[in-house]
Amino acid sequence: MAVTDVPSQQTHGKIHPEELEEIWADAPGTPGFFSTIDHKRIGMRYIYTAFFFFFTSGLLALVMRDQLASPNNHVVGPEVYNQLMTMHGTTMIFLFNTPVLAGFGNYILPLQLGTRDMAFPRLNAFSYWIFVLSGIFFYASFLTGKAPDGGWFGYTPLTDKAFSPGINLDFWGLAIVFVGISTTVGAVNFIVTAFKMRAPGMTINRMPIFVWAILSMAFMVLFAVPAVTLAAALLELDRLFGTAFFIPHLGGNVLLYQHLFWFWGHPEVYILFVPATGMVSMIIPVMSRRPLAGYLWVATALIAIAFISFGVWVHHMFATGMPVQAMSFFAAVSLIVVLPSGVQFFAWIGTMWQGRVRFTTPMLFAIGFLLIFLLGGITGATLATMPFDWQVTDSYYVVAHFHYVLNGAVVFPIFGAIYYWYPKMSGRKLSERWGHISFWTMFIGFNMAFFGMHLLGFLGMPRRISTYPSGLGWDGLNMISTIGSFVFAVGTGITLVNWFHARWWGKEAGPDPWEADSLEWATTSPPPEFNFASIPVVASRHPLWDQRPLPTANPNGDEATKSLGPEGAEHHQTPETTGLDARPTATLDLPHPTYLPFLVACGIAVFFVGLLIQAVLVGIIGVAAFVVALTWWAWRTEVDLA
Amino acid sequence: MRRRLWFGLVVVLLLALVACSTKQSPAITDPKSTEAHTISGTWWLMCGLASAVYLVVGGLIVVALFRGRRKGGPTPFRIRDNTFIVVGGLIIPAAILLVLGAQVVHASNNLRQPEKNPLHIEVVGKRWWWAVSYPDQGITTANEVHIPVGRPIEIGLDSDNVIHSFWVPQLGGKVDLIPGQHNIWRLKATKSGTFRGECAEFCGLQHARMNFLVVAQPAATFDQWLVRHQLPPSGPDNQLAATGQMIFMREPCSGCHTIRGTTADGTIGPDLTDVGSRLALGANTIPNTDGYLSGWIVDSQSIKPGNLMPPIPMSSSDLQAVVAYLRSLK
Repeated sequence: MAVTDVPSQQTHGKIHPEELEEIWADAPGTPGFFSTIDHKRIGMRYIYTAFFFFFTSGLLALVMRDQLASPNNHVVGPEVYNQLMTMHGTTMIFLFNTPVLAGFGNYILPLQLGTRDMAFPRLNAFSYWIFVLSGIFFYASFLTGKAPDGGWFGYTPLTDKAFSPGINLDFWGLAIVFVGISTTVGAVNFIVTAFKMRAPGMTINRMPIFVWAILSMAFMVLFAVPAVTLAAALLELDRLFGTAFFIPHLGGNVLLYQHLFWFWGHPEVYILFVPATGMVSMIIPVMSRRPLAGYLWVATALIAIAFISFGVWVHHMFATGMPVQAMSFFAAVSLIVVLPSGVQFFAWIGTMWQGRVRFTTPMLFAIGFLLIFLLGGITGATLATMPFDWQVTDSYYVVAHFHYVLNGAVVFPIFGAIYYWYPKMSGRKLSERWGHISFWTMFIGFNMAFFGMHLLGFLGMPRRISTYPSGLGWDGLNMISTIGSFVFAVGTGITLVNWFHARWWGKEAGPDPWEADSLEWATTSPPPEFNFASIPVVASRHPLWDQRPLPTANPNGDEATKSLGPEGAEHHQTPETTGLDARPTATLDLPHPTYLPFLVACGIAVFFVGLLIQAVLVGIIGVAAFVVALTWWAWRTEVDLA
Repeated sequence: MRRRLWFGLVVVLLLALVACSTKQSPAITDPKSTEAHTISGTWWLMCGLASAVYLVVGGLIVVALFRGRRKGGPTPFRIRDNTFIVVGGLIIPAAILLVLGAQVVHASNNLRQPEKNPLHIEVVGKRWWWAVSYPDQGITTANEVHIPVGRPIEIGLDSDNVIHSFWVPQLGGKVDLIPGQHNIWRLKATKSGTFRGECAEFCGLQHARMNFLVVAQPAATFDQWLVRHQLPPSGPDNQLAATGQMIFMREPCSGCHTIRGTTADGTIGPDLTDVGSRLALGANTIPNTDGYLSGWIVDSQSIKPGNLMPPIPMSSSDLQAVVAYLRSLK
């Protein structure tokens, strides 16, 4: 690995980076692949794996759009269409959007905080392995020809054994429980890392907005994901073990499922959206060459969203016939949740207003995000208006709305983030010219594909239909939408090629290609395994703009500070700091590479396979492997020998 | 250049939209009931507000992008950051949301309220069709709801299988049919006409082909319809239809379908008492003609795969007779 442009302060002392690299390096080849716990390798894997699912799921969507291009079409039948629809939705939410943001968080957070790894590196590896194994588990349904077909929301009683007797829905229900482990574990890791691992001097009001966003996301995950895990677990108990939580004629309640599902489902929208806004809040100030306007307002808004998002879930259930008075409360909260986004929006505008905007590719994606999210946010407010929602819920208007929010306002920032951070990750820049072309193709394709869907909703086209008759005025708009979706796909493909190209032939990026302000740009590109030989000391919200040269801390002999300098890196340590004012309080021994996270994850995977095929012995083997590996893991907290 | 391209694109899109929105669309902006009127009004209010917000904020974004690129760099901003954010992002949106909030309260307090002397209709969602009955009049039909214009109507909605949702875009919002829960949708039609209805909650394989029609008629015409349908159909009036009736009763048909006044009393499939007068078959999947009806009887699975009716092999003369019989049921 090329270590060039090492900032001068990183090389002082007796220890050379080459020696440190030996201490921190993973084993080469396959053993290193399975045993690494380096947050950067894991973060990259998260991103690559998630993008694999993004493109797979995007292809499924293209088949659906092909089917809907014209009335009475026969590209796929209803059976396959329902499978495509279920796989597309579930994949995008659970296997792309959530994990790709976790991937960026994983990679960027420790660098931005100025530390050497996440708080729990082994747990980090574990959550990745769970994610990828649950993804394989879920897609095994495709390979066996038994893909789930109950919709990504899996409403009962349609998903009960009585109406979906096949194994298809078990793939879905178990995968939801399975992947939830990964998300939850990751959230705990993010929270502890953000509070306890910041560089000395990075008080909580100097934390980069991206970290605030990840923190807000992690707290939402912690409280929301258990609800969907519970919903899917109860569903599976009904399906596999004959309970009747959701079976009406046995005394179960089908709306209970919907409450549990949306108690997660709506915060989930913000779980995806908030980190995306965090990315935008990093990109816009850097590309406007000035600090973010209203830092405290934006940070407060991010936390406010996390709270308010838990009071809106019933707006997904306005048509279920609940009392109007009860629903009005949720309508009001659903309107209020607009406000924190309004605050962020004007902070971004204020930043650009006073800056000098550079139209780089990341900035273009941020601008695209602003223009798309503005519409998605407005249609979101209209959906909170209960009587109007009665009309448009479960119509194509909703499909348009949530693609503006979850595709436009999440995927666009993610693409911006690739152009922005990939130079840090690889040391090489993506082509700006092809970045511009990709952006414009995606932007035009996106609006062609999804704008007309608002109108289809007005013209009475319901969601989730596999075909439609002609003569209802839906034909032309559907054709435009299909063409747009292919244009959009080409745009994403251009970035994919650009990305591959940059990996090997991209221009050298140097440590700080964007003249940015946050700490990840203080180290080399790509960063060494230990991130920082000496931990920087922060005295500003924008250390790289205000503190030149960036000072590093020297150990002053006590236990709390001994890991700050290169000696800390040499001993495989990193400092722990206080939650609010980031004073060093202790020294943490970072674990060494280990297979245990992989083994524990495999144990869990075997257990889920046992449940799926209803083989008790397989289940027992899985649990046994899990317990043994976990015990071993717990045993080896102090010393790592692998 | 780029702006001209954009302008062109927008114009093309708008033209396409105008061309697309034909009169046949079951559009929510073409209201034919009190509820649909109120909601459509709410929409146009929101559309105005939304367009204004989009243009103002979008305009601010564009100005902000290019402001600093003028010669000499950005001129200093006289408003403080926090004032800009609080006024633009908090106070103004809060005022707009208050308007929306007031509209929610106003509209939802006035809609779907019980009124005097309603007409009761029961709709049960099946897989994938709609059983429709008028309990006070003793009428049962399927996939077609006849209602009088101007009279309050209460539609009771139930399901004995999965969740469905009852949606007639021109008449108002959706109400779900939830197993284990009895929902009621109250409405009052303001214009006569035939309106397309749809299942709006994903209900499995044939969700796309679970549609229906609502026929809103002037009160007098509706009363005639009621009177005619309260009586069982008169017997077949020609030899072919009489043969058809015999075959219908002999074949498995009568095990699943009911025809009032005969021995056919099955409840698995739709009631066929007035099938001859219906506008469409298979939950608004195919037109109600001799040819389509024959095709449906012989192999409905090729028209609507997965529905509960098995293929009924029949000689062509038998089929002709059965079709004649069914088409005579009005």
